[in-house]
Amino acid sequence: MIDSMTLFFTTDFVLYALAAGISLSLVAGPLGSFIVWRRMSYFGDTLAHSALLGIALGLITDSNPQLSIIFSCLLFAFILTLLDRRPSLSTDALLGILAHSSLALGIVVLALADSVRVDLEAYLFGALLTIGNADLIWILLVSTVVTIVLYWFWNDFVSITVHSEIAEIEGANVKRLNLILVLLIALTIAVSMKIVGVLLITSLLIIPPAAARSLASTPEQMAVKASLVGSVSVVLGLISAFYFDVPVGPSIVVVATLIFLLFYFYPSVLKSKS
Amino acid sequence: MESSDNDSKSALESSGEFSSGVLLAARSINKEFADKKILENISLTIEEGQIVTLIGPNGAGKTTLVRIVLGLLQPDSGAIYHRPALRIGYMPQKVQVEPTLPLTVSRFLQLANRHDRELLGNTLNDLKISHLQDHQLTSISGGELQRVLLARALLRKPELLILDEPAQGVDLGGQAELYRLISDISDSQGCGVLMISHDLHLVMSSTDEVICLNHHVCCHGKPEHVSNDPAYLNLFGASASGDLAVYTHHHDHEHGIGGGVKEHHHD
Repeated sequence: MIDSMTLFFTTDFVLYALAAGISLSLVAGPLGSFIVWRRMSYFGDTLAHSALLGIALGLITDSNPQLSIIFSCLLFAFILTLLDRRPSLSTDALLGILAHSSLALGIVVLALADSVRVDLEAYLFGALLTIGNADLIWILLVSTVVTIVLYWFWNDFVSITVHSEIAEIEGANVKRLNLILVLLIALTIAVSMKIVGVLLITSLLIIPPAAARSLASTPEQMAVKASLVGSVSVVLGLISAFYFDVPVGPSIVVVATLIFLLFYFYPSVLKSKS
Repeated sequence: MESSDNDSKSALESSGEFSSGVLLAARSINKEFADKKILENISLTIEEGQIVTLIGPNGAGKTTLVRIVLGLLQPDSGAIYHRPALRIGYMPQKVQVEPTLPLTVSRFLQLANRHDRELLGNTLNDLKISHLQDHQLTSISGGELQRVLLARALLRKPELLILDEPAQGVDLGGQAELYRLISDISDSQGCGVLMISHDLHLVMSSTDEVICLNHHVCCHGKPEHVSNDPAYLNLFGASASGDLAVYTHHHDHEHGIGGGVKEHHHD
């Protein structure tokens, strides 16, 4: 059993999966914390759904799929930010309409473009184990960029999240910071597509911070602990997918959820040690 | 003020109308929401070291005026003058921290000023909230929260403090103390203060100028003057100046729980 485990963890595709999964978990911790604090989970969901439309459009225009996903996510993020400034529309309903219409449209376009064969299931539920060189480079690149920008603007992001008006009086450019944060989320979602898929992306962003909440007394602690919870979920999720022969994406989410439940009901588990 | 806003604004900003002691001035501010006039032709001026208090009933447009003065809201017409590069410390009416966001008092304060630890320590001491540093912002009392918010405003080393109902959620005895604290801060730091209050008598001793607002300026002037002004009495009812007699005083006594005057123990 130990042999098979060693073999498992030294296999190329498993190493790729681990590298991609952990590097995304590390940025998903702080970024997901902002999604939780700002109640943007539905927003993240909508972006993820719209990414499928991006894939479809990328395929029929014969462009790089990763670039088309990133482009469509950024575009949708931008449109949603603009629409959000019009108080006459209900954000909730608007997001619901956009999420499902773009998902449906994406599937329809994929079906119509019958010259190409697409593994729809991979985009819906993720395919961590089929990650290639190019995918990994994209993920590492985006994680690095997101980490740098987050670090650079960290105090400002926290400040506008706690109270945007005080932050504005103190000199923060609230509108610009909001947009940057939204674009970071869009970028991260765009490259996470392959790991957990459209339907499970938001959970990767939200469950680890939710699990970390009861263990944190500052925003920074919550962000870092969320990154740790995410990374542990990726590792344990991969192992259990291997042992129980189940899909990797959902398996990661199940592990993260179990960790969340554990800390939610027994926050003392880790607190006593730290 | 029918002329173009921009013209009047730039005229105000560049004109020599304001002496160097003026921190902020608003001229002929008008604002409507959904065809309802909220502010009508409001003007005010705040000078260095001066404490100006806005009083008025609920819905009188006090917070709207403050938001316009701060630049958070655009007036329909009128002009705002700021002394160039004016540092403002702002204490909003309501701060509700998202429960999913863990935040200690000291981390909250560091959002305003991360680097000056000494200033942070001194401010916490001055406001007597040093013991709250490691408490979660969501777990402290209303009165403590108001002091923490005041501390955050002070950490910007403001030339002008703008306080929206600083004493809300504070018990009566604490309210008088808080207003006296604000007055002391204004004295010691030489900063101007614009604040909103709904109780003239509590702020009387610590304010230089009162503006009584009910969509328009009903009356304004020294607190003793305003409290006897027919427009003020009309707005708040004659009882407002009845039981709690108008008093002018120096800081030689404290206010008891009932807001009444309690002499110091001379020991």
